[in-house]
Amino acid sequence: MAEFSLPPNSVIKGNGKAYPAPAGATRTKSFKIYRWNPDDGQNPRYDTYALDLDATGPMVLDALIKIKNEVDPTLTFRRSCREGICGSCSMNIDGANTLACTKPIEEVKGEVVITPLPHMEVIKDLVPDFKHFYAQYASIKPWLQTVTPAPSGEERIQSPEEREKLDGLYECILCACCSTACPSYWWNSDKFLGPAILLQAYRWLADSRDEMTGERLDALEDPFRVYRCHTIMNCANVCPKGLNPAKAIAEIKLMMLERAG
Amino acid sequence: MGNGTRLGKVRGLGAAGGGVVHHWWLQRVTAVASLFLVLWFAFSLARLPSLDYASARLWLSQPIVAVPMCLLVVSVFWHFRLGVQVMLEDYLHGSKRVIAMLALNFYTFVLAAFALFSVLKIALPAA
Repeated sequence: MAEFSLPPNSVIKGNGKAYPAPAGATRTKSFKIYRWNPDDGQNPRYDTYALDLDATGPMVLDALIKIKNEVDPTLTFRRSCREGICGSCSMNIDGANTLACTKPIEEVKGEVVITPLPHMEVIKDLVPDFKHFYAQYASIKPWLQTVTPAPSGEERIQSPEEREKLDGLYECILCACCSTACPSYWWNSDKFLGPAILLQAYRWLADSRDEMTGERLDALEDPFRVYRCHTIMNCANVCPKGLNPAKAIAEIKLMMLERAG
Repeated sequence: MGNGTRLGKVRGLGAAGGGVVHHWWLQRVTAVASLFLVLWFAFSLARLPSLDYASARLWLSQPIVAVPMCLLVVSVFWHFRLGVQVMLEDYLHGSKRVIAMLALNFYTFVLAAFALFSVLKIALPAA
């Protein structure tokens, strides 16, 4: 059976520490954050941090960095570019996966609840384990493959129209917000490649320079790798880059259908 | 079997192949076919002057009714089998899924056979 309940050691047990807002703060906001330390043998808990919004940047990532710098240095999360291009700070904020760096605090009504991406193994606090996700990415051979030898001394030509077909695909930053929002990926991530990886797979199927389309489709022709997608559309709803992985998956199915005749 | 590495696990036994796209496509085709056939069925029943046994039997004995009725049975049971298979694949793993699939096939084929036989028994003249 698919696992619908958390194993006992993953159940969030009550609230942990509460850190009050600094004295004199007038506009405060409470951040309820998932905490789990692999070294202390305890179950996960929620710690609550009250911040003065007048002394905090506008985004959720600003708040996390402020907490780590000024309140609790043990809080652990990934971040890098702070402008939505690296995909490091993907997490579940207010019930939906998104990037902390592009999520305005004021969009969240009431307490800001932050947990790691769902259905990923947690390494610590808000840091999930991406090893399997990256192995799935590697499995679709995300690079240009040709039979024709590379032209010597010049680039591989692509017309503006051919290049346009990669719009809506190349922008993916592999943050995994979509895959970890997908129930099919929750139940079958061992075999189902998930929306992020399938969007990447289609990015190479759609590339006019790639000559391994047949082999790529062969590798996807599997009831679990592709066909667990039931167009639930959580992927498109949460994508912080506004992409539509479900459409890319539908395009893959249409390519399969076209070649089956 | 390179399942000692992460990439080996993901690559696993390879893609199943075998034209899986047909399963997906037929599920859509039977959905649309069932939509039209069920609409036909509902309208036809509504237009019957009476729903008693004798008039229903008389209605079903006409070829113009018995043939779409058989198509309705095939389309709906086929769609049912394809759809439940998807659910079983979603939620059951390993031997549980194999057993459930066998049960599903048995259930679908037996019920569909009974349904078709019932229609034909009324539609075809007794030998």
